[in-house]
Amino acid sequence: MTGPAILDIADLAARIPDGTRLAIAPDYSGCSMAVIRTLLQRRARGLRLVAVPTAGFQADMLIGAGCVAEIEAAAVSLGEYGPAGRFNAALRAGRLVMRDATCPVIHAGLQAAEKGIPFMPLRGILGSDLVARRPDWKVIDNPYAQAGNDPILLVPAITPEIALFHAPAADRDGNVFIGVRRELMLMAHAARRTLVSVERIVDTDFLADEARAGATIPALYVEAIAQAARGADPVGLFGAYGPDEAALADYAQASRDDAAFAAWLENIDAGQMVSA
Amino acid sequence: MTEGAIQIREILIAVIADMLDGCGHVAVGASSPVPGAAALLAQARSGGAMRVSVLGSTRHNFFTDGGRELFDCAAQGRIDAFFLSGGQIDGAGNINLVGIGDPDRPKVRFPGSFGSAYLAFMVPKVILFREEHTPRTLVEKVDFVSAPGTSDPGIYRPGGPRALVTGRAVFAFSPDEARFTLRSVHPGETPETVAAQTGFAYNTPDTVPQTPLPDNDTLALMRGPVARAVAETYPGFAAQLWGIAA
Repeated sequence: MTGPAILDIADLAARIPDGTRLAIAPDYSGCSMAVIRTLLQRRARGLRLVAVPTAGFQADMLIGAGCVAEIEAAAVSLGEYGPAGRFNAALRAGRLVMRDATCPVIHAGLQAAEKGIPFMPLRGILGSDLVARRPDWKVIDNPYAQAGNDPILLVPAITPEIALFHAPAADRDGNVFIGVRRELMLMAHAARRTLVSVERIVDTDFLADEARAGATIPALYVEAIAQAARGADPVGLFGAYGPDEAALADYAQASRDDAAFAAWLENIDAGQMVSA
Repeated sequence: MTEGAIQIREILIAVIADMLDGCGHVAVGASSPVPGAAALLAQARSGGAMRVSVLGSTRHNFFTDGGRELFDCAAQGRIDAFFLSGGQIDGAGNINLVGIGDPDRPKVRFPGSFGSAYLAFMVPKVILFREEHTPRTLVEKVDFVSAPGTSDPGIYRPGGPRALVTGRAVFAFSPDEARFTLRSVHPGETPETVAAQTGFAYNTPDTVPQTPLPDNDTLALMRGPVARAVAETYPGFAAQLWGIAA
């Protein structure tokens, strides 16, 4: 049968061309740090990131290495580790286009793409300065209003060219187990192509077990898979291993200083994820 | 255990918990340890009547449909209270999570609006929380409106800000007036010291009480089971405040 291609990490990363509109998972939900590392080493260029719906370490690292032209996100932050230093520096220098959104807009835009429809209406948000800065968002009168005018926001479908994430396991047919992390399912449904790194590939069929099937992305949506043990280090992977707090704190520190980040990136080029 | 001096954060946790009593479902966003602790305290004394969803928690999070579920839930009216903060908060209840200066070349950049532009409309009781209470954070007019404090009458808006809790004081918010009223000041503060640190105008009643201190039962609950529950999601915070590990 023809399932997803099984590649090594380098070949999976090579399927992400410069300039790709690339959807990435939030820090808590399966970051393919193994592929991000390869993109950093390659100095990918012109990526247009879609954060689902917020971004952290992956985005900040890519921005710092000059890989990113624009990012659509509800927020970019290193969470409890503090501000995203490279993101902030790039914005202050005018080197990055930030398309500020709000979490439910990104979810709704991806849901529109998932349904193959051009837009999604959403409550709230009207009167936020976000609307003024997003000409692609429209306000219409609710055509189903009972009485009077009822303005409501429309947001366009968000169709990433590629969704990239890391998951605990794939089965022999390329079905990908994601547990309760259904934003990964949404990403795979919405994107034209989905590339996944996994901790392990197991010789079973996740779809044969009903309890597991509901927490599985069918291979139908998956173009290629690569195995990468601890592929979400240092951010950590749900249900598998926690964050490497020392490495994340080191990165957060490095992100706030040009020279320190340059040194951090040299370590990445040398094959390490933690700064010396 | 109730020994040990009452800490300011314990006062904040208790006063926010008081605002949540009676809620059926309280949700707490990421990186919000004081509101998170307050929600878990209110839940602990609700006799099982209150649900609390803490984003980022495994044990105190029952969503199973991904990141969107919180927002869908809110739009249906299934969330009674939520917490928002801001790099700036102004006297009309507007919050700014984007930055200061031209957003394309900001002087200061904040993380971004998260779900604020939406949840501020949908959740009936939005409690604004910002520990730093200075003219820098509480401003006359925010540089960028992530979420407006009020909306025109024709806009669908079942929810909005109802209170502001800071490291110095508690304010109530009136959407009709689009204005705050000082409700209480924390120990060590007076209405005058609070006014000197607030960049926006607000109503001050003739008498402003001191914010109540948590009683012994509340302290015991907070420092016992609540502290242990908090440590699961906010280990650094719980260790710093109560000296306990997850």
